[in-house]
Amino acid sequence: MAEEIVIKVRDLVVGFGAQTVLDHLSLDVRGGEILGLVGGSGSGKSVLLRTIIGLLPKRHGSIEVLGIDLDRVNEQERRALERRWGVLFQQGALFSSLTVRQNVQFPMRENLDISPRLMDEMALAKLEMVGLTPQDADKFPSELSGGMTKRVALARALALDPEIVFLDEPTSGLDPISAGDFDELIRTLQQTLEITVFMVTHDLESLYTACDRIAALADGKVVAEGPIQVMLESEHPWVKTYFQGKRGGMLADRRVSA
Amino acid sequence: MGEILLRSEWKGERLELAGYGSWTAPHAGELETLVEGIARETAKAKNISIDMAGVREFDTFGAWLLERLTREGRSAGRETVILGLPAHDRGLLKEMHGVNREAPPKPQRVNSVIGSLAAVGRGGVGLANGFLLFADMLGALGVATARMVLRPREFRLTSTINQLDRVAWQAVPIILLITFLIGAIISQQGIFHFRKFGAELYSVDLVGILVLREIGVLIVAIMVAGRSGSSYTAELGSMKMREEIDALRTMGFDPVEVLILPRIIVLIIALPVLTFLGSMAALYGGGLVAWLYGGISPDIYISRLTEAISLTHFKVGMIKAPFMGLVIGVVACAEGLRVKGSAESLGLQTTKSVVESIFLVIVLDGLFAIFFASIGM
Repeated sequence: MAEEIVIKVRDLVVGFGAQTVLDHLSLDVRGGEILGLVGGSGSGKSVLLRTIIGLLPKRHGSIEVLGIDLDRVNEQERRALERRWGVLFQQGALFSSLTVRQNVQFPMRENLDISPRLMDEMALAKLEMVGLTPQDADKFPSELSGGMTKRVALARALALDPEIVFLDEPTSGLDPISAGDFDELIRTLQQTLEITVFMVTHDLESLYTACDRIAALADGKVVAEGPIQVMLESEHPWVKTYFQGKRGGMLADRRVSA
Repeated sequence: MGEILLRSEWKGERLELAGYGSWTAPHAGELETLVEGIARETAKAKNISIDMAGVREFDTFGAWLLERLTREGRSAGRETVILGLPAHDRGLLKEMHGVNREAPPKPQRVNSVIGSLAAVGRGGVGLANGFLLFADMLGALGVATARMVLRPREFRLTSTINQLDRVAWQAVPIILLITFLIGAIISQQGIFHFRKFGAELYSVDLVGILVLREIGVLIVAIMVAGRSGSSYTAELGSMKMREEIDALRTMGFDPVEVLILPRIIVLIIALPVLTFLGSMAALYGGGLVAWLYGGISPDIYISRLTEAISLTHFKVGMIKAPFMGLVIGVVACAEGLRVKGSAESLGLQTTKSVVESIFLVIVLDGLFAIFFASIGM
């Protein structure tokens, strides 16, 4: 299980108009790992994520998820595949006219044939797993704080027990304590649920504490890939600045001395 | 489907259950029925064992149903043991062991009489709040206007011109078309019914007076409420949702002055202009139909029209127009600022804005009718 490759991106080219964002990019995500994708603002991290989940068209290359080539599937197979992954969007993207409970139940209601009682129990179970209380279940998204929104969005992403979870900047906009809690939550859930996590992030702390492997994106390509140690030793100028710069360096020192 | 998920066997007073196959989300419905069936059976059992060795796949849905089964058994005082669960699935079961312990808050049931009374009360308060909000907006607008008069340099001319282009200029074609058609229809109906008395010529009076006094301004006001009022509400509402209005406020700008005043001034300018154009189009449409359908030549139509209508009729229509613009603008902006966080609320307030402004336009028209009648216009 551990060495199986669940997402295989080969030679991917994505662009808008005259601009090429991803330039012949290749990346593997292994089963059961947490992969952190880093890169400067505008380097195409979110574009890569959105291309993998099929929200953006690609110009060239192939994407295989869970052994299925996304170009060679029909509508029905694609839907079946989409049920096997969950996505946490940067702003949460909760349905604003549904309550928290209904948001989490939405994928279940559409895809599973289960009783309302089980659906209620499962929704509350998922909410408790991400650290919310039953009292939060009947709130509307507009009544939630930023951290709670992210948690609900995670609960919704996990609603169908997916095999892969895509997280787009899960800790952005959270205070360091909440962000730390969230990292820990992702780590715990990943272990209990045995899922693969593909995480786009800016957060150096997340990279240190949560990720098994890191891929650094620059100039439309993956310029470094591997555990944090590989990143610290990388000679690529951007990676070097990112991990050895003022903020990155401080964290690295702290980690080494600790 | 067809796969066996759960088997049960009695060994004296001991119920032995064995799980098989995939205890996962796609099979959750089936599994739930089985678990509920077993739960009824377990009433007779002294103790229960559940052998999970045959389960290939296990997720939170399976784990929760297993937890539910054991929890029900244990709460009834029966000894329940789980056997053969792979080590890596135990964490999941443990996680499930902790959840749903707290009973979810029960929705409060209210007596239906009290409930409907409360709804009436809330409706009344809502209505009163609506009026207060309208008054509040009018007041804020007054303040902003006074400030603008004192410091005319701060008036947002660019924004006003831009709005004028969207609200007045771009509305001209559709307004002309609709009023032209309305004029034509009134003329046709007049001729058709007056013909019975041989009084076709009076249809010209009908068209002239009706269009200039009432129909011209009403049709234009309703069109503008639907066209520009709704877009004002949606614009301001989405700005409110994205905290753009709060941002303006923190930078020391008054949203009423920056966003609302230019929009309402534009409506106050646009409505008379559009009313004038619309009335002309309606008279033209009426004349065309009178000529083609009623055989009243343009010369006769025009001379009859000059006899039938006076400047007073024209003034009655034009005086009303700016007030209608003000009402539409104030309602649209006030509703826009009432939008809350959700997409649904944006839709709701936009609907409300259009319905309320059309309603108020008609009420205002009635009040003007009383006013003009009493001053003899």
